[in-house]
Amino acid sequence: MRWLLLLLGMAAAQPRSGTQDMSRELQAMQADDSANPGMLWMQEGEALFQRREGLAGKACADCHASLAGVAARYPAWDPATAAPIDLAGRIQQCRAERQQAAPLPRESEPLLALTVFVARQSRGMALAPPADPRLAPARARGEALFRQRRGQLNLSCAQCHEERAGLRLGSALIPEGHANGYPQYRLEWQALGSLQRRLRNCMVGVRATAPAYGAAEYLELELFLAQRGAGLPVEAPAVRP
Amino acid sequence: MARVLLNLPRSAAKGAVIEIRTLIMHPMESGFRPGMNGSILPRDIITRFRCSYNGEEVFRAELSPAIAANPFISFTTVATESGTLSFTWEGDNDFRQTETRDIAVT
Ligand code: HEC
Ligand code: HEC
Repeated sequence: MRWLLLLLGMAAAQPRSGTQDMSRELQAMQADDSANPGMLWMQEGEALFQRREGLAGKACADCHASLAGVAARYPAWDPATAAPIDLAGRIQQCRAERQQAAPLPRESEPLLALTVFVARQSRGMALAPPADPRLAPARARGEALFRQRRGQLNLSCAQCHEERAGLRLGSALIPEGHANGYPQYRLEWQALGSLQRRLRNCMVGVRATAPAYGAAEYLELELFLAQRGAGLPVEAPAVRP
Repeated sequence: MARVLLNLPRSAAKGAVIEIRTLIMHPMESGFRPGMNGSILPRDIITRFRCSYNGEEVFRAELSPAIAANPFISFTTVATESGTLSFTWEGDNDFRQTETRDIAVT
């Protein structure tokens, strides 16, 4: 009930993609597949998807044709671990169980490449977080984390991304902080990175300690962000300053 | 081999101006940045890009350390005859990569 109300609340205040807050030049770079550097990782991901890996000697492509629409509904509930799982985690799971291959570290180039290859197949589709009630407690914890002050600067995510969205922080425009463009190419990174990497940036920005990649705290925040941005089009790989 | 994205028409009318866009994965390490341990990371950049059309150079660029990673280069040329365009990136540490694309001119 509580998050039904939340859903209704979100519908009233249309979320605004970070893309709309960028310069025209960057928007054009993101929209043009021949200029968006994220497409270099896409190409890598496509090749990895076709490659046989692990003891099972199977390629992702042996079992999957299209994965369109999948990225739009992650993080999802994973019955195997009885916990939420994000897209990169889900890919890891197939790699471990179906391919019987060694795990790829979070934020490694091959995992980012596979994730962006899968995510891009949902480009343009609306973020549609699953209504699975088993996700509700973790999502609620994510919202609490979003509203909790942290770091030496003692700021919460909400204080920037809700109360001050549209204002400036130094030269940067504070966006609403949505998660619809990941993995994404950040000019500051000069590389493709995951949503978790972006969240770490924001945590370090307020001089808080960022948990290690893959920590439950990120999953909870990711769940809440997906809910908050429901309806926004998937834009992976987005480009950001 | 570095990943490359090349975007150009496969065919064009004789005399038409065609746009060519290239993107290559490369760190473009400037040689001025300190690494994790405080010592300066050695320079590793692409220094030159060339495009030739049936063996004749039609475009060249010199790249500098101030250019960001994964450089994007876009330029135009005139479709003169059917044949092959070849693209070569060269740089530090004996970096050298060549890609070719055929074009049909009618
Ligand atoms: C041997 C067959 C097999 C291989 C190889 C395999 N998968 Fe899967 N994958 C499945 C099956 C079956 C499911 C759905 C059932 C399940 O949950 O396990 C699935 C589920 C998924 C999902 C979630 C789909 C959804 O609708 O939620 C993703 C994403 C995925 N796989 C990606 C990959 C990627 C990327 C690779 C290669 C690294 C890969 N898979 C390799 C069989 C495979
Ligand atoms: C001090 C203000 C501030 C705080 C606090 C903050 N952020 Fe951000 N955040 C920013 C700014 C500014 C950007 C835009 C990118 C940039 O220039 O750094 C951003 C970008 C983002 C993005 C990327 C949006 C996109 O379009 O890709 C997400 C997601 C995000 N923040 C989530 C969070 C979360 C979750 C928290 C709390 C853990 C948080 N932020 C805390 C200022 C903040």
